[in-house]
Amino acid sequence: MATVSLKKLTKRYGNIGIVHGINLDITDREFIALVGPSGCGKSTTLRMIAGLEEISAGSIEIGGRVVNDLPPRSRNISMVFQSYALYPHMTVRENLGFSLKIAGAAKEEMDRRVAEASAILGLDALLDRRPSQLSGGQRQRVAMGRAIVRDPDVFLFDEPLSNLDAKLRTQMRTEIKKLHAKVQSTVIYVTHDQVEAMTLADRIVIMRDGYIEQVGTPDEVFRRPATRFVAGFIGSPPMNLHEATVDGGQLVFATGAKLPLPAQFKANVAAGDKVVFGLRPDDIYPTGHGLSSGDAADVHQIELPITVTEPLGNETLVFVEFNDTDWVSRMLNPRPLRSGERVAMSLDLSQAHLFAADTGKTLRS
Amino acid sequence: MDENSSARLKRRLLGIVYRIGLFLAMLTICLPGLWIVLSSLRPTVEIMAKPPVWIPQQISFDAYVAMFSGIGKGGIPVIEYFRNSLIISVTSTVIAVAIGMAGGYAFARYRFRGKSGVFLGLMLTRTVPGIALSLPLFFLYVRLGIIDTHFGLILAYVALNVPFTIWLIDGFFRQVPKDLAEAAQIDGCTRWQAFWQVEFPLAGPGIASAAIFAFLTCWNEFALASQLTRSVSAKTLPVGLLDYTAEFTIDWRGMCALAVVMIIPALTLTYIVQKHLVGGLTSGAVKG
Repeated sequence: MATVSLKKLTKRYGNIGIVHGINLDITDREFIALVGPSGCGKSTTLRMIAGLEEISAGSIEIGGRVVNDLPPRSRNISMVFQSYALYPHMTVRENLGFSLKIAGAAKEEMDRRVAEASAILGLDALLDRRPSQLSGGQRQRVAMGRAIVRDPDVFLFDEPLSNLDAKLRTQMRTEIKKLHAKVQSTVIYVTHDQVEAMTLADRIVIMRDGYIEQVGTPDEVFRRPATRFVAGFIGSPPMNLHEATVDGGQLVFATGAKLPLPAQFKANVAAGDKVVFGLRPDDIYPTGHGLSSGDAADVHQIELPITVTEPLGNETLVFVEFNDTDWVSRMLNPRPLRSGERVAMSLDLSQAHLFAADTGKTLRS
Repeated sequence: MDENSSARLKRRLLGIVYRIGLFLAMLTICLPGLWIVLSSLRPTVEIMAKPPVWIPQQISFDAYVAMFSGIGKGGIPVIEYFRNSLIISVTSTVIAVAIGMAGGYAFARYRFRGKSGVFLGLMLTRTVPGIALSLPLFFLYVRLGIIDTHFGLILAYVALNVPFTIWLIDGFFRQVPKDLAEAAQIDGCTRWQAFWQVEFPLAGPGIASAAIFAFLTCWNEFALASQLTRSVSAKTLPVGLLDYTAEFTIDWRGMCALAVVMIIPALTLTYIVQKHLVGGLTSGAVKG
């Protein structure tokens, strides 16, 4: 098991920069998720750690050893690919044992370790099948089994659940979490799905355009997003983000709507500042149907018309119109609502976020 | 008659039309082959008869016996020709496939300057008819002293086959996902091992079909071989057919008998690998 540390890691193709000198320290046995929209450089970063992509500058250390120029086989890592990359001409057993065969392990040793991995992942009944005879979820498990058998320092996952349907994805997510608890190794997990990142990772690295926007625990990136981008990326449905101008004790939106300036930001902004106001759907709700009781000092009451509702059973997503802009809110213990109906909404401004309109950085001190 | 039964009738009629069409097509393809076999077994009178005699009146294996009877008794050096054909075809196929694998892999996996230009250049060589090259090649070979040798013909056939094998094998390597070789490298393989352990077995059927095509091209090639070889020590079977032509006569029966001898190994080989061949052709055709 090992630490991984990236120092000013850079990837360029010709003049085009893909990853711009990122720094990241991953502790032993940590589960790190690299998350971001497609093209943000997360997969490239993972492939550089794996040794499948040459690095243009900077360095990569695994377990304190610089591995910049080592081929993949000398890094003691294993990787689960999005496409699973199972060898189609080999049975499941041969797939699992392939790395040991290449390493020249004895037959007994090979059988023992394949049996171990197969037991962990419940593959015993499938050992003599070929990948083409397996379902998506089974293939996924074989791919993980192949990674386990190597007993690597670091597990790399490259969007491993993207090819599965929604139900199976949830199921496999749980399995990956259980697996990590069992094998206790360092994991670097790339995904574009923030829910996967939130549910699995100890720490989340949010990337955008080849830069790291924020590194933090799921709680940190959710509650204290460092930038407007992180605020919009993490959380489902996404945070309501609207540009506004500070005017005395008020925020004036482009549409002319006004809200009081949240108390926690009063010291950090001046009149005339251009800001982006953010409020999670959880913090805006039909009065009496929210997370907080609604009697906090900073809860702002306002009556707004409903445009659309999306019932989810235990809750309903309510889209309201606030001076020509759509805001999404979350209604707990829902009651039936009609579109066009005007309802009293509570906006919990103590939970609001403000970001500088130009840099996108948080204005929280 | 209701709609369903008329649709059923139409489907049946169409089926019958298809079968008749297929039968006619197969007849056109197979008849010359059948005619060669028949002609090798019947006397010259019957071969030359007008109108043609469809059903042979008498059958004899004289032509086959004569073929192996040695010089002077109507025989030709079949064994030597066969040996020459085999050496030249097998060697040039092996070399062409080896180059084709290296080239096809490079085109499928790597990006390099002038890639599409080189590829196009290779394909353009296929547009030059082989016969147009025979005279320049003849002069060149005479100067180099490799006229009438196995080596000379092997060289010509390798050059003839390489563009085709590269093109075909490139298509097959493209179908093997890149992830597999990468997974193998992470599993501990060197690039070389990853190729032989994973990519080669998966592209195997395609490589086999490329090999068959290359082999058949060499085995059946006549135009170049007839220019570049002249003695028993280098002539191939197709050139050997000319031995049956004399100044005023052509021994059609003997020629057909030799043609049958020629076809048998090619047919056997094709039959053995036909599953790969068909699979290989159809899957290789779709280049993503």
